[in-house]
Amino acid sequence: MTKLGQWLWGLALLGSAWAALALGPLGPRVPPPCRQVLLPLPVYLLVAFGCYSLATVGYRLATFNDCEEAAAELREHIGAARADLRRRGLRF
Amino acid sequence: MRARADWPPPRPARRRAGSGVAGAAMAAAAAGDDKVSVLLPTYNERENLPLVVWLLARSFETSGYNFEVIIIDDGSPDGTQEVAEQLVKIYGPDKILLRPRAKKLGLGTAYIHGMKHATGNFIVIMDADLSHHPKFIAEFIRKQKEGNFDIVSGTRYKGNGGVYGWDLKRKLISRGANFITQVLLRPGASDLTGSFRLYRKEVLQKLMEKCVSKGYVFQMEMIVRARQLGYTIGEVPISFVDRVYGESKLGGNEIVSFLKGLLTLFATT
Repeated sequence: MTKLGQWLWGLALLGSAWAALALGPLGPRVPPPCRQVLLPLPVYLLVAFGCYSLATVGYRLATFNDCEEAAAELREHIGAARADLRRRGLRF
Repeated sequence: MRARADWPPPRPARRRAGSGVAGAAMAAAAAGDDKVSVLLPTYNERENLPLVVWLLARSFETSGYNFEVIIIDDGSPDGTQEVAEQLVKIYGPDKILLRPRAKKLGLGTAYIHGMKHATGNFIVIMDADLSHHPKFIAEFIRKQKEGNFDIVSGTRYKGNGGVYGWDLKRKLISRGANFITQVLLRPGASDLTGSFRLYRKEVLQKLMEKCVSKGYVFQMEMIVRARQLGYTIGEVPISFVDRVYGESKLGGNEIVSFLKGLLTLFATT
């Protein structure tokens, strides 16, 4: 199954469970406080996911390593490489 | 049999019947048979090519592995091929192979073209513009041996991997795009758009048959298909030194085509 397929399948499953409990057929069986939470649940989850995404990307952005030593080392190596290649006869 | 001071006694590989001393000796002997083919697609890399090749040669001398560098130049007008020919004279035609093409034909076909001439059992793909440092190849191989991985991918996002030369905006786009990719594709690898990787030769050949995308998405598709086919992927943190960023900003076009490619992979894999 494709990733899209998995998502649609999952959404259909959760969606129908939510619809059944919150909107209709099983109505009378569900106590009122539960219904109050159940109805806006999808929106809550969406907002929660949005916050999680922002926090995660923000954290990863803040901890993104800056490779200063790698750049310095590369500059050194480039110098050594040019000198050695010139010695070996390379015409740049 | 080659002895290396920094090499821990190899564990007998999974498929070997021997174990203990005999198995270790067999594994060590096999390690001596390893050869790495480095595929270097180039376009207008007259300045950087000799430096990359020098760094490759030096790092392989240090690590002791047998190697060859296959330069696939797409008809560069700046004299890249001429410099490459000088490198063949300096390092020998058994180490530097020139397999040029007439015009710019794209990365995927460059790999296919290069692989036809590769005699190594490991294939390394990397950028020829010095953003990838050859010193990491020895670590790739060490990681591969550790877990007998089919692919070892360099990652900028884990461990002490990272990037030099990117401003906040570029980093944000990079992390944001990677996050969306992780959520949608759950690929099991932290850096999907990276192009510094080691493949076992049969694995790369199999993947090239199946991959169809271009650009960044091509590198992503390789990892996604590899997971589909049940291949194992190991990761090694690498540093990416971007000296080109100032000249080639990440434009709106590239972002749009990345998203299109991502959604295509989402819907088809």
